[in-house]
Amino acid sequence: MVYERKRGWASLDLRQLWAYRELLYFLTWRDILVRYKQAVLGVAWAVLQPLLTMVVFTVVFNRVLGVKSPTSSVPYEVFSFAGLLPWQFFAGALSRSGVSLVSNANLLTKVYFPRLVIPISAVLAGLVDFALSFLVLAGLMGAYRVAPTWNAFFIPLFVLLAFAIALGVSLWLCSLNVLYRDVQYVIPFLVQLWMFVSPVIYPLSSVTNEKLRVLFTLNPMTGVVDGFRWALLGQEPPGISLWVSLGVTVLVLWGGLFYFKRMERVFADVV
Amino acid sequence: MSEAAIRTMGLGKMYHIGGEQERYRTLRDTLVRAAKRPIERIRHPGAATHRSETLWALRDVDLEVRHGEVLGIIGRNGAGKSTLLKVLSGITEPTEGRVEMRGRTSSLLEIGTGFHSELTGRENIYLNGSILGMKKAEIDSRFDEIVEFAEMKRFLDTPVKRYSSGMYVRLAFAVAAHLQTEILIVDEVLAVGDIAFQKKCLGTMGNAAASGKTVLLVSHNMAAIQGLCSTVLLLDRGTVHSKGPTNEVVSTYLSLLGSRAAHDLASREDRQGSGQLRFVSVEFRSADDHTPLGEVRSGDDVEIVVGYECTEDLHNVWASIDLLSDSGEALCLLRNDLAGVEWSTLPRRGRLCCRVNKLPLGPGHYQLDLHCMANYTVVDYVQRAASLSVEAGDFFGTGRLPNQSNGPLLVDHQWTLG
Repeated sequence: MVYERKRGWASLDLRQLWAYRELLYFLTWRDILVRYKQAVLGVAWAVLQPLLTMVVFTVVFNRVLGVKSPTSSVPYEVFSFAGLLPWQFFAGALSRSGVSLVSNANLLTKVYFPRLVIPISAVLAGLVDFALSFLVLAGLMGAYRVAPTWNAFFIPLFVLLAFAIALGVSLWLCSLNVLYRDVQYVIPFLVQLWMFVSPVIYPLSSVTNEKLRVLFTLNPMTGVVDGFRWALLGQEPPGISLWVSLGVTVLVLWGGLFYFKRMERVFADVV
Repeated sequence: MSEAAIRTMGLGKMYHIGGEQERYRTLRDTLVRAAKRPIERIRHPGAATHRSETLWALRDVDLEVRHGEVLGIIGRNGAGKSTLLKVLSGITEPTEGRVEMRGRTSSLLEIGTGFHSELTGRENIYLNGSILGMKKAEIDSRFDEIVEFAEMKRFLDTPVKRYSSGMYVRLAFAVAAHLQTEILIVDEVLAVGDIAFQKKCLGTMGNAAASGKTVLLVSHNMAAIQGLCSTVLLLDRGTVHSKGPTNEVVSTYLSLLGSRAAHDLASREDRQGSGQLRFVSVEFRSADDHTPLGEVRSGDDVEIVVGYECTEDLHNVWASIDLLSDSGEALCLLRNDLAGVEWSTLPRRGRLCCRVNKLPLGPGHYQLDLHCMANYTVVDYVQRAASLSVEAGDFFGTGRLPNQSNGPLLVDHQWTLG
């Protein structure tokens, strides 16, 4: 093992990350355990949160404002819940992961391990919530008699894509938050705004302005949310927006990884 | 030639301090500053844009540790001991030079790193073990030994937040004691816990050394260093002062401390007052045996010895010591009349000894102002006459101390239910 000052863009050193996979497992396990132990409602919270959000969305946007699901066979309740599923995973990952380095400052200053383990475990911990609300969605689809399509086999791919986007954005946010402590106050705001420009509440087809639509497509979450609805509910396929999502995700993730590795050297001194 | 376990070449670590010394910035400040910079340039062309100062916490450290060597690292506060351990552990990157480590390394800079209070003892053993670098299979196979060492089988499924501080430390050390790495880097973990526990820790460290592990140990406890280490490295202001056989280097260190313990004030000209009395020295001594203290610890009985000289006989003397935080906030005042001692006449030269029982200061740096009045006029006033650096000590007798961010003062207190 050699330690010396690394110059320029440090190599990603993913092999070392692999060597620390057990630590990644334990930190993820810790995040999950602690979350369900601390919350009074525990597991129920993971179910209630998306369910209540869906109810509010349905009342406000569907019943009051008249936003409709694009296919008549799928009620708005199921439509919005299917969009909320990947969205809440993404939003939760950003909020936890963005502050993860600062909240694990005691580890950073006392023990050596590849720092990437921390934001990755924070994103991974959200998968349990995701799985729970997936079960709720299955129940909801049963109740509204919406049959899943064979495309459902693509769901893991969309989860992977959502994971990659969440990690990519989180890497930027958590590194920046170590250097600039006010970033953590920006995150909730960012998440909120981001939801309104992603087709969670409304279908992308309702964006009729061509120029606006191009902008919406650039949002990588558009491809994920649309993809989920396509795979599960058989609604319109994501088409071009999926490929754009993929491209943007790759850019954000690579940039995030390199920025993180570059800043990693100073984390222990600054945090 | 046998391969060294640890080798460093020209190792240096620089920190930025002063100027904009906040540990972290805010994005807002940075943006504002970036916007202002062009304006500043126009207004003051040629002015340095960087106002921050640098500090070399470590410089030119060349070190070689053989396999199986138990090296003690000593030095005063701020000598660079902890920085050296952090660089050797890979926690922080050296600014210059190079470190080569041969063998699996684990560092124990703090006991119970990563413990989570909501989790049970069992869960924390796994979490802490993996943070320290153990594989799950290793923890599985040593689990029973760890539990036995910690003597807490009954509480294994109790959340750690319900543990007493003693239990917490025992569990944390038990995990650490079962690390199976070739190189072990340890920082002052022996300073926690009660005496019996410290003995147990020392025993474990001794075993590690005897079993051929390479151990680096930072401690202020000279007895522990002398008992465990074959060689000692003395750091002073970031550089290697000396390295050699334990007893030799320890005595070098103690004499180095002695010479620095006294602050010479005779030549200070930045003073106020009539000059009928001049403070000439300040020194911190042990209140028990009156020997100079190189190191002052929280909870120590300390004697502050102030040497003075007078030009004439002085009457109704009020001598006072103002204790300030490093940033200059007043913390408390020590004055002879407050303690019920009055001197109607002061000898022409001598020493004023002020005894402080159980020093109520947390670890950190402090400043002392000396002030003297005679017949209601100021005769001498020296600001920042001495700096005092306090090390962690067992003030409460529990082995625990609050964080520095909770404030500098320690108050002896009891809790009861009633």
